[in-house]
Amino acid sequence: MEFIRPGTRINFVGFRRYAAIVSGILILISILTLILHGGPNLGVDFKGGTLIQVRVPPEADVSGVRNGLDEMGLKGAEVQRFGEPGSSEYVIRVDVSETKLERLSDQIKDNLEGRFGSDTVEIRRVEVVGPKAGRELTDKALFALFFAILFIAVYISGRFEMKWMPSALMAIAIGVPSYLLRDFVGLSAMILLVVFITLALCTVLRFRFALGAVAALIHDVIITVGAFSLMDKEFTLPIIAALLTIIGYSLNDTIVVFDRVRENMKKLRKETLREVINVSINETLSRTILTSLTTLIVVVVLFLLGGGVIHDFALALLIGVIAGTYSSIFVASPILLILEEKGRPGRRRSR
Amino acid sequence: MERSLRWRGVLVLIVTVVALLYLVPTLVKKVPDSWPNMFSKRISLGLDLQGGMHLDMEVRTDKAVENEVIRIKDDIQRLLRKKKIWARSVEKTENNDIVIRFLSPEFREQGLEFIDKEFSDWTIEPVSSKEGRIVTLKLKDEVREHIEDMAVRQAREVIERRINPEGVREPSIQTMGRKRIIIELPGVMDTEAARRIIERTGQLSFQMVVDIGPTAQALLTRHEGKTPEGTVILMGTEQGRSVVYLLEKEAKVTGADLKDARIGYDEYGQLAVNFELDAKGAKRFGVLTGKNIGKRLAIVLEGEVQSAPVIKSKITDRGQITGNFTPEEASELQIVLRSGAMPAPVEFRYQNIVGPSLGGDSIQKGVKSAIIGGILVVIFMIVYYRLAGVITDLVLALNMVLILAVLAGFQATLTLPGIAGIVLTIGMAVDANVLIFERIREEIRTGKTPRTAVDGGFSKALLTILDANITTVIAAVVLFQFGTGPVKGFAVTLTVGIMASLFTALFVSRWIFDLLLVRVGMKKVSI
Repeated sequence: MEFIRPGTRINFVGFRRYAAIVSGILILISILTLILHGGPNLGVDFKGGTLIQVRVPPEADVSGVRNGLDEMGLKGAEVQRFGEPGSSEYVIRVDVSETKLERLSDQIKDNLEGRFGSDTVEIRRVEVVGPKAGRELTDKALFALFFAILFIAVYISGRFEMKWMPSALMAIAIGVPSYLLRDFVGLSAMILLVVFITLALCTVLRFRFALGAVAALIHDVIITVGAFSLMDKEFTLPIIAALLTIIGYSLNDTIVVFDRVRENMKKLRKETLREVINVSINETLSRTILTSLTTLIVVVVLFLLGGGVIHDFALALLIGVIAGTYSSIFVASPILLILEEKGRPGRRRSR
Repeated sequence: MERSLRWRGVLVLIVTVVALLYLVPTLVKKVPDSWPNMFSKRISLGLDLQGGMHLDMEVRTDKAVENEVIRIKDDIQRLLRKKKIWARSVEKTENNDIVIRFLSPEFREQGLEFIDKEFSDWTIEPVSSKEGRIVTLKLKDEVREHIEDMAVRQAREVIERRINPEGVREPSIQTMGRKRIIIELPGVMDTEAARRIIERTGQLSFQMVVDIGPTAQALLTRHEGKTPEGTVILMGTEQGRSVVYLLEKEAKVTGADLKDARIGYDEYGQLAVNFELDAKGAKRFGVLTGKNIGKRLAIVLEGEVQSAPVIKSKITDRGQITGNFTPEEASELQIVLRSGAMPAPVEFRYQNIVGPSLGGDSIQKGVKSAIIGGILVVIFMIVYYRLAGVITDLVLALNMVLILAVLAGFQATLTLPGIAGIVLTIGMAVDANVLIFERIREEIRTGKTPRTAVDGGFSKALLTILDANITTVIAAVVLFQFGTGPVKGFAVTLTVGIMASLFTALFVSRWIFDLLLVRVGMKKVSI
């Protein structure tokens, strides 16, 4: 069985302007919704507070739960349906995380049972996060992400362009100061800045492959985060794990294409880089589609049947895998071309 | 070729058998007694999957240091007085320094000499100036650190005794960094009670009552408007009314002298907690009660007067703490007293309680969907690649077995992020096979023989697979280095998974292909 006939020649590189527009719009929307929502909707694990998940009888509705909380004086509490639409589980979030919240979950249970009948309410989960722990978790997750990206950039420049030394120096130049400065500057601001510097340095130093791969994975993460923000979904630890998975997936996908580009650059010396990239994407197209398909099969099943916690996790993966497949063809590869054409115009063409 | 086929087969067989052995304890409820110890480790499920309680707390070591400084300050004050070295005041500052104002430079000289000899844990500032009467004592850094470390260690021991008084549960208690303690308690239990019991300081002391009054104000007016030297004011209740006690500051006997505590009944048949003192404590208790017959002795629990009975006769090693205890309160008090006092209070950073039913649901649905997804992929691979697809499916199954076996060997805890890591590596393992097969197909299209096509396919896909996987391992290592708990779990399963998928895709499936082509003598590759 074959999905893609051998010898298929789709002019992917020709679509790069449209792709740039599509990506640009998606990223713009992502950033806009993030700004409108005042940053990502962080869960209690990151922001601190108390989360209580309850299961109530199916006939109870949100307003019933909310009224119960109002009665208890928990006016600021947020109530949200948990998991698939139609489930009778709700997540209650309260901003406080003091130790004095003793028995809050018991109180809520008593109150709701007063409304819906005794032994009908089940407390499924209670999570209390102190503000300190939340901050630390956010910081560490971001920091880990940032260093992972930096080292990946080094490996790719080294492997694909034999620029081990310059890229290692770049990593040291960026990594050491940011590691030392991490306590003094706001972390998220610093990471944004440093990611920007990394991308800029990769451009200036002409680490084409590293730039392409890193840009593609940042593209995928931004779009996933944006989509979550647009749907007003919450960022919790499993979602961070999903983002990490997306990074891994996106990278894997990009590297497979890049590997073929590298191989074909040696083989097809007479061709323009544009042509080399096109051939490479087409040659790997069959595998790209197959791998995405098998991954998507699993992710879609997880999404549909996985239940509450896995539901959102799978949703993030779903968006990320689609974005990752798209980006390795339409984002990572064109970046190789842009740098090449700007840097040494027509060198390959003239040969 | 024949020979290498054989030893490769043996290796694959050995790896498979060992992996399966490691997996047995995880899969069956109980292994037979004769089961070898080496393979007895198992994967445990994280709280998010199993249900249970996760508590992350920070020991307020600053409080431990503060308490120690206060104790030493009182010591210095007492000893200086005893030596007739007069000081206007001995005070503790905000920074936990001790400032002594001597009456004269001469006393200062004597005082310094004495302190230098007796309190070597402290540095004296200023050292040189002969004039002046004020001296600041600073706690040496290493001593401070020692106090802090001891506090965390003790707190951990106390907590362990409190949450696991019978030693039957299997809590995991870990120290993280210098001050944090992390407790994981799997399974069902009264989590609120567990948390409450950890938070109690458990400080118990016996102090003589100097005076009693209805309010602090009323008490103070009887003593010239201030608390007399060597006494403290504490609150308590008697017959439902709040009472203020003036107590001797020094406690001759404390909770540290307890040998045992158990639930009993008082003379009215109410629940009480009986305690027993160790030999040293009993001796001191005997002296204290013997010379104070007819006076009242306050039992101070966690900064409050629990009761203040009149001493009727000399008591040595036994006593009783009364109060209108409910059965829960009495049993909590018993546990707290037995476990000893916390050296410093704890502050909760993070607390996660997952009900067992939610954990069960997560597993059930997660496993069900993973199996369905897996079956779909298996079918898809066979439809698309035919025999080669069957090989992939075999290899993927082995891959799963290997990952789980390694996790069992590490006694790893499987959490949702960990499962995410496994999903990603299975995806990458499928990808590795797809890469190889697509290459073989390309080779076949150029008209190569099956043997050379398979050879070419594997060797050409090798670099790509290595590059993709090494990059991911780099990411995983960094995540492990910088990440916290859940991120670490993800990184571990990812790394293990990549190793397994490299082995299965590059080694095992190559061996199966070679076996089919050489041994079975297949003339055409079904791919």
